[in-house]
Amino acid sequence: MFDSALIPKGVKRCSFAKFFIWVLILHIPVLIGTVAAILCWGLALNQTYLNNNFPFGLWIAADLGIIALGGGAFFTGFLRYVINIKELKNIVNYAVVIGVICYAAAQGILAIDIGQPIRGWFIFWHANVHSMLTEVAFCIMAYFMVLCVEYLPLLLENRQIFKFSVPRSFAHHLHEAMPTIAAIGVFLSCFHQGSLGGVAGVLYGRPFAYREGFLVWPWTFFLFILSAMACGPCFTILITKITEFFAKKKLVKKSVVGILAKISGGLTTLYVLLKIIDTLGWFGLVKEAGAPVKSFYANQPYGWWVLVMEVIILGAIPALLLLNKKTRENEPILILACVLNCAGIVMNRWIMTVQALAIPVMPFDKFVSYHPNWVEWATTLLPLWVGAIVIMLSYRYLPIFPQERELNPY
Amino acid sequence: MFPFAFEWINDPSHFVFMGGFYFALGGLFIAVNYCVMRALFDWLCKGGENHNEH
Repeated sequence: MFDSALIPKGVKRCSFAKFFIWVLILHIPVLIGTVAAILCWGLALNQTYLNNNFPFGLWIAADLGIIALGGGAFFTGFLRYVINIKELKNIVNYAVVIGVICYAAAQGILAIDIGQPIRGWFIFWHANVHSMLTEVAFCIMAYFMVLCVEYLPLLLENRQIFKFSVPRSFAHHLHEAMPTIAAIGVFLSCFHQGSLGGVAGVLYGRPFAYREGFLVWPWTFFLFILSAMACGPCFTILITKITEFFAKKKLVKKSVVGILAKISGGLTTLYVLLKIIDTLGWFGLVKEAGAPVKSFYANQPYGWWVLVMEVIILGAIPALLLLNKKTRENEPILILACVLNCAGIVMNRWIMTVQALAIPVMPFDKFVSYHPNWVEWATTLLPLWVGAIVIMLSYRYLPIFPQERELNPY
Repeated sequence: MFPFAFEWINDPSHFVFMGGFYFALGGLFIAVNYCVMRALFDWLCKGGENHNEH
């Protein structure tokens, strides 16, 4: 093979021609997304369906969703390096790759959303330290740097780079320093995941999103951290299963996936319970304030079904499926539970941004619906295609899965 | 934002927020540079032969 010298020893990969064709095919939606991004930067945000009613739309909802799904990186790193669950060394590399993609995607979408990326540095230089969004910007930027450092040893372990003594030694020492780096990542992640929830929770002019809380942090701050910890490992499992499907081989042992699924099940159960308590508390709060609860669910498409779907179908059901050993060990059911869990978190982020903005707050306000246009969809999906290319390159040239050789002898 | 920026105010909010941020960045900077120095030290002193087990 043309690139066989770069492929890790003892593993089988498809032909370079097949790989190259797939990468080329993925460049088609990448080009469409790039054109849409250039339209936004060149002709301004009037190219989208964002307006004064919906300054936050698909981009911000997707951003919040991607960051929650990428939470698998910090939480798996925490479990592996801080709690020291040794079995997770077989999946932590892949969690890092997924995390890098998710956080790069979130920053890419934000770069389009701010309209003038040339002024992106303003938030860092003219920081309002009382703003939840400032905290998010600082922590996401810093955590992305942490993820890049965590990805670095993987790059250095490429077969050709690893021949040289300095990169080899550097990778070795980075592995040794990983508990410190992972702890910094956990510190940053907890704050930005929480602050994303805090953004909605402090909106006292939006009773649908507003929550009471502890000191300066509304309850949504803690719910967002917990939900990211609960669904992040499920997203890692899901992407691993998708990679195994396309690679047509097992890459991670069932026992390793089982540990992540079990932890995710426990955390999802706790999250759903706290979410139910939070919702019931909010019912009481708005009733006390004189706003009937049903008024928040009076406008379609945001009826009562949204609450049932988020808490029961995409919350309690996957939690029970992951918690039960029998269902967790059945692969199709495990995949279904992971899909439901991840969909639930993305739906929660959509509700906390778009639905919160859609509900009228003044007597003279009218309900206005929001549907993203093709420019928003193309730019939002752009990181998905770029992420697929990064995964393909990483899987082909880097030793991401330590158990691959053992599971697929040839 | 640095303490010499004109918007800087000497209050607990600025110290806690920016302190936390620089603590995290400083920790990362020290950890990476420590690894770089160790790698260079290995190369200079031992020729890097001790890390072939990876």
